[in-house]
Amino acid sequence: MLEHAALAWLLPETGRRHHKQGRTNAPVFGIESDMAGSGPFDTFPKLLLRNCAQFGTRPAFRHKDLGIWQTWTWAQVAEIVRAYAAGLHRLGLQSGDTLAVVGSNRPKLYWTIMAAQALHAIPVPVYSDAVADELAFVLAHAEVKFVAAQDQEQVDKILSVADRLPQLGKIVYDEPRGLDGYDHGRLIAIGDVIADGRASLAADAALGERIDEYVEAGTGSDVAIILYTSGTTGAPKGVMLSMRGSIDAAIDTTRFDKLTDKDVVLAYLPLAWAGDHYVSYVQGLVAGFCMACPESRDTIEQDRHEIGPTYYLAPPRGFEVMLTRLMVRMEDAAPIKRRMFKYFLDVAHRHGEAILTGHPVPLAGRLLYALGRLLIYEPLKNVLGLSRVRVAYTGGEAIGPDLFTFFRSIGLNLKQLYGQTEAFLYVTCQPDGEIYSDTVGPAAPNVDIRIAESGEVQFRSPGMFVGYFKDPAKTAETLTSDGYIKTGDAGFFDEKTGHLKIIDRAKDVGRLADGTMFAPKYLENKLKFYPNIKEAITFGDSREFVCAMLNIDPVAVANWAERNNVAYGSYQELAGHPLVYDMVAKDVAAANRSLVKEKVLAGAQIRRFLILHKELDADDGELTRTQKIRRRFIAERYAPLLTAIYNGSHEADISTEVTFEDGRKGTIAARLVIHDMQTADSAESLGKAA
Amino acid sequence: MRAPDTSEILLQVEGVSLAFGGVKALREVSFNIKKGEIRAIIGPNGAGKTSMLNVINGFYHPNHGAITFKGRTRARMQPFEAARGGIARTFQNVALFKGMSALDNIMTGRVLKVRRGVLWQMLRYGPALKEEIEHRHRVEEIIDFLEIEAIRKVPVARLPYGLQKRVELGRALAMEPDLLLLDEPMAGMNLEEKEDMSRFIIDVNNHYGTTIALIEHDMAVVMDLSDRVAVLDHGVKIADGTPDEVKSNQTVIDAYLGVAH
Repeated sequence: MLEHAALAWLLPETGRRHHKQGRTNAPVFGIESDMAGSGPFDTFPKLLLRNCAQFGTRPAFRHKDLGIWQTWTWAQVAEIVRAYAAGLHRLGLQSGDTLAVVGSNRPKLYWTIMAAQALHAIPVPVYSDAVADELAFVLAHAEVKFVAAQDQEQVDKILSVADRLPQLGKIVYDEPRGLDGYDHGRLIAIGDVIADGRASLAADAALGERIDEYVEAGTGSDVAIILYTSGTTGAPKGVMLSMRGSIDAAIDTTRFDKLTDKDVVLAYLPLAWAGDHYVSYVQGLVAGFCMACPESRDTIEQDRHEIGPTYYLAPPRGFEVMLTRLMVRMEDAAPIKRRMFKYFLDVAHRHGEAILTGHPVPLAGRLLYALGRLLIYEPLKNVLGLSRVRVAYTGGEAIGPDLFTFFRSIGLNLKQLYGQTEAFLYVTCQPDGEIYSDTVGPAAPNVDIRIAESGEVQFRSPGMFVGYFKDPAKTAETLTSDGYIKTGDAGFFDEKTGHLKIIDRAKDVGRLADGTMFAPKYLENKLKFYPNIKEAITFGDSREFVCAMLNIDPVAVANWAERNNVAYGSYQELAGHPLVYDMVAKDVAAANRSLVKEKVLAGAQIRRFLILHKELDADDGELTRTQKIRRRFIAERYAPLLTAIYNGSHEADISTEVTFEDGRKGTIAARLVIHDMQTADSAESLGKAA
Repeated sequence: MRAPDTSEILLQVEGVSLAFGGVKALREVSFNIKKGEIRAIIGPNGAGKTSMLNVINGFYHPNHGAITFKGRTRARMQPFEAARGGIARTFQNVALFKGMSALDNIMTGRVLKVRRGVLWQMLRYGPALKEEIEHRHRVEEIIDFLEIEAIRKVPVARLPYGLQKRVELGRALAMEPDLLLLDEPMAGMNLEEKEDMSRFIIDVNNHYGTTIALIEHDMAVVMDLSDRVAVLDHGVKIADGTPDEVKSNQTVIDAYLGVAH
């Protein structure tokens, strides 16, 4: 097969003919389909060759450029990557070198990863919105020799910290715009590297042989990539993943969800996030499906609508944003549409889940749901670009049950997965037909999970990491003596379903002063379900009562302000508006009421809350780059507010330093109002129910 | 970075005067714009900046004086002749087709480049279609350049002010002008929007090599951006030179800050 692939490079037609013959009824893994694991295709460059031979004329990448979707087939990508690898080889990239990839989802950056892997170099994707300091830390720690950057913005950032990176050599870039006046001894356009590689391959047959030898000599135990974890605590750690591990894990999960070369993903999540690397790159290469790259960060919604992905992954926040936008737009819709929307959402709520999982539903319900599908659900999914989605996953954080049920009830096959970069990636995932909003599903294929005595979830998985880069101490800390990975999450197996239930980060679950259990994330997810609330942090461990700091959602609240003639000049003013406080207080009260139903947590209702004057931001260190809140950091930063909340004050002053997008710093001062809440008790809510 | 071709003068204004009844908007103003430079015209309110721009692109006809553009001297010219000659402009108050999308607005900038007649266009067939695709390609390059992909299909009336300004710049760029006149491109913008716009102006100058003449109120922006600055006050040119020269000029300081008589 390898020989065929090599031929395909020289004579693409041969490859195509072969591919047509082979495709008549070839399953995804061709002859190897009955073999467990990766077989002879144990590295990504070898998988690329296989895809070139097997799916040569099928689309591998799409990217919207100048308003038009450009397409590259697997055969074209194989040719480009080979030329690119030759070009990088000529620039001095060597086996074992590390190469950073900084930018958003662009075909050329994915090809950089492929080309580096072909030469046994190790790609290190970095979050493109990282500020220069964070970038410098990762690039220095990974000792990168090369950087592939998307554009001037990233090049500027790298050059600004270049003096801290003694090993750094060449920088290759995708978009030349604005880079005219730069030092072109050091900077080279990726297009030029590929062109140079292509010309050299044509002139020098030995070079081509050398590249092919590199590819053939690659083994499954090679380190494929280093993914730096966002680090909710402490400095980022470089998770090293092996070729075979990644590929084996992806084979299991592509089978699990029956993904084939006919599928399409929108590659829009950060390159450095394990989720994107897994879903777009690794599963893409394993299953041979097409990775569609959006035109820009701002056009993702439109691009999703145009491409119509069939397989989709988003963190809960992604679905939250969709729902908020939807609700805001419905507020502006004509009254009759609003009533239809409300009516059919009720229908969906009653029957949607049962219909999706294939449980029996009365005929009337079925008919109503079918009508709803025609009038509401399908048009809604179409607007969101989710019409063709066969399998959607959410992970990375717990999803609010109401949010989850909403999407499932309108017929989106949304499932939860629980994963970790160290596991690469799935630890558990929900099989079709066995979906419960409060569990994350049974162990993923070939994953071995156990609950330690402390309640901590521990696992072994095929994609398990090789270790942290240059940090054997941390590696040892994360592994148990018998080779399981400690997740740091508290959880248990649900007795009825046998599925795993995650409560919270083991170290975050606390107790109030009177011993009532307090699970902050659980509460926060409840609060975040309300469209007006974008972010919430709750405190209560060893305190007398629970309090919350909230961020309003600027889109939803601004829309509300416009409809209610509330004038405001800034986010800060809007956030502090008494009417906004009243509105949010209603949401908090509703969250409290829903908490009454949970026996264990009913005592942990929110007594006091305040609305923060600024949005929590990763640039200020309040969120991680994956948008998770950094609880301890926020507690320290807003300590005066916490003090005021617990000493009974009705107002509190706060002054915080903020970092602008270009790295400059400024200070925002504000006086915040603290709002008191009545807690709901069970008798009251029962009375209401009756 | 930028290397304006200092030898070649693109536009020469010679002794231009303009009066509306008894109000003398411009008095004997002379200056030139060199090929490839960013030239600023500044001055306090009512100094005659916009009048000057209107004279350059033929909207006003000067009472005296002459204008030489690309070697051709003329006293009277209509705006469409200026446009055909390669002068494009943006306006102080955004002047876009509010109900049309950003894309369509920018497409209108190509109108002078369209070679086929209306009938061909209506048929949308053969050479006319090919031509339209070419124009669309140029427009898409500009959309990419100005980073407005996300609003391509949005009616401009629904866009915030800063983006409308950017669309207007896009329309002017679509004309592929030799000289781009910008009338207060940063009026009413916040700091971040101003910085974005400054970057786009510099990039336009760098990338397309377009000569730019801009009027601006914000002194800091002008000084960072321009190669040369001309200062008007009450219709008279009171200073002309590099930003540093102008900044230290006592007459300019007096005109801006006022002086005790």
